[in-house]
Amino acid sequence: MKDAIRTKELTRVFGGKKRRLRPRDAPEKRVIALDRVDTQVAEGELFGLLGPNGAGKTTLIKILATLLLPTSGSATVAGYDVAKDPYPIRQRINMVSGGETSGYGLLTTRENIWMFSQFYGIPSKVAKAEIDRLLKEFELWERRDAKVRTLSTGERQKMNMVRGFVTDPDIIFLDEPTLGLDVSAARAIRQFIRGWIQENHAKTVLLTTHYMMEADELCDRIAIIDNGRILACDTPERLKGMVKREVTVKLETDRLKDPKAFDVIEGVQNYVVKEEAQTNRTSLTFILEDDAPIGDIMSEVLNQGSKVQSMEKIDPTLEEVFISLVGKGLD
Amino acid sequence: MNREDARVSNPLVLNFRAFIGRAYPRVIGAHRELSWIFFNTLLPLLSVAAYVFVYAALGAPAAFAGFVILGGTMVAFWMNVLWSMAAQLYWEKEIGNLQLYMMAPMSRMALLGGMAVGGMVMTSTRAAATLILGVLIFQIVLVVVNPLLLAGIFLVTLVALYGMGMLFASVYLLYGREAWNISNLLQEPVFLGAGFYFPVQSFQRILGGPGRWIAIGVSLIPMTLGLDAMRQLLFPELLEWAFLPADIELYILIVLAVVFVFLARRALAYIERLAKQEGRLTQRHL
Ligand SMILES: Nc1ncnc2c1ncn2[C@@H]1O[C@H](COP(=O)(O)OP(=O)(O)OP(=O)(O)O)[C@@H](O)[C@H]1O
Ligand SMILES: [Mg+2]
Repeated sequence: MKDAIRTKELTRVFGGKKRRLRPRDAPEKRVIALDRVDTQVAEGELFGLLGPNGAGKTTLIKILATLLLPTSGSATVAGYDVAKDPYPIRQRINMVSGGETSGYGLLTTRENIWMFSQFYGIPSKVAKAEIDRLLKEFELWERRDAKVRTLSTGERQKMNMVRGFVTDPDIIFLDEPTLGLDVSAARAIRQFIRGWIQENHAKTVLLTTHYMMEADELCDRIAIIDNGRILACDTPERLKGMVKREVTVKLETDRLKDPKAFDVIEGVQNYVVKEEAQTNRTSLTFILEDDAPIGDIMSEVLNQGSKVQSMEKIDPTLEEVFISLVGKGLD
Repeated sequence: MNREDARVSNPLVLNFRAFIGRAYPRVIGAHRELSWIFFNTLLPLLSVAAYVFVYAALGAPAAFAGFVILGGTMVAFWMNVLWSMAAQLYWEKEIGNLQLYMMAPMSRMALLGGMAVGGMVMTSTRAAATLILGVLIFQIVLVVVNPLLLAGIFLVTLVALYGMGMLFASVYLLYGREAWNISNLLQEPVFLGAGFYFPVQSFQRILGGPGRWIAIGVSLIPMTLGLDAMRQLLFPELLEWAFLPADIELYILIVLAVVFVFLARRALAYIERLAKQEGRLTQRHL
């Protein structure tokens, strides 16, 4: 499979150097926003960047979107070098950022998106048809002729999404696209992204997010980034597998004769018993070193002449992965 | 949508569409905010009226009222260049448009050109309203000596003026907020220097030799020569007040137009490179 994005030792430093024509208020401090980043995103992938504030996510996207030059190292997008060959990249990409306030308040939703589509040279008729289709898909059709300055935050972000997707990019950069949105708007946007990548096999999405759940739910692979460095990069499943953590199992059985009998099973670190008088059942929560003791627990339940009604294994989430790698949570 | 529909390989077609796209909000925006028409048509007429009365009180030839009305009409373009061209890219950066513009495959000149032509079209409707109202109210007699030359001078003046606006746009972007003050600083002296309400010849008549140098200096602002030439062609009875012959002024204006547009292009390319290196111009990060 072809690479949609590839970076080699990509480094970006802000400040520190003497600037030509530096305004008085320019920051003096040297910040290493990206530190020798090596990544590879395959065509067709939905790739996530997960990291705390200031990790370097936006910086990486800006370099890939040809808005910022690397300080050292290199990056290619769609096979073209971002520093040497930005033009063919620009034809093939687009970007949507959370909280974006682009466009002109005087124009209507439709006019605004149309204007941006013209910067890509899309024939007006094609653009208009596509805008209408996308507005319907985002349930923004009713607001098509509303002035942009009257749109709510959620509507505005949906408009931004239409702006990004209307040019039919091969690679789209989504920088925290659901930032500050309510549950339903965020869901609509996630659903759209998922649908888009499913329908178009050669399309690539690079998404940054603060939301663990979003990354987990959407991304084929996730890179965890902090202080300009990629700390880990893998599928959500494998990332979660990396964290050594006790397995938590929730069990519901018919009432047990001897709920204390599980003490002796090897690998059981701890468990909590709750008798449910109403339903005449027992619910148990086990903390296990690993999966191994689950079999023994089941046999013990059967030995007591009881039956397992339900069993649920609670997996570690990306939250735990993140905490173990970065040393802090994502607020 | 299929890929071939979306990707345009001919850069000329792409840039033409981008140009129209960028001009559109300016043209359409003008008609959405009707209050602007009031501010841009009737208010200029007030200052025009003041000058007309002064000239009349002093017993100046009637054509001086025409000088003033033409000047008052052209003020609209100067204000548009100063506040909607020069300050534009800076403002686009602040609202986050600039990075989307820079990320698009269009040429930067399509962007600036669209901005400029959109502004010209919008301002022309207002300027025309001011001119027509002024001519009717003050009963000005216009004698169009050479309509072709007049139209040529008007167009070249606009191109040179907006070319200067494009150049300023890039420069302002570099200096950010401070540039805002430049606009404020430029507004009044240019009202004086460019001779919106009197012929620039006056500098020489009143101040002698040094006055001539002032007139030459302010001729760098395309409005100065453009106005002077248009006045010659509309009010031939006051030809003695001409600074330079109209055709010479046209040639100078053509040179100014080419130089400004060329410099604007270079300046924006330079600033784009700087922005990409230093990462502070196309970003909202400050
Ligand atoms: N234009 C700039 N000039 C100076 N420093 C910058 C610039 N852009 C980013 N930085 C710095 O680089 C670092 C990385 O910033 P970046 O915006 O890439 O982080 P991020 O991961 O997107 O954070 P967030 O989650 O807050 O959006 C930060 O320390 C930031 O202050
Ligand atoms: Mg960011």
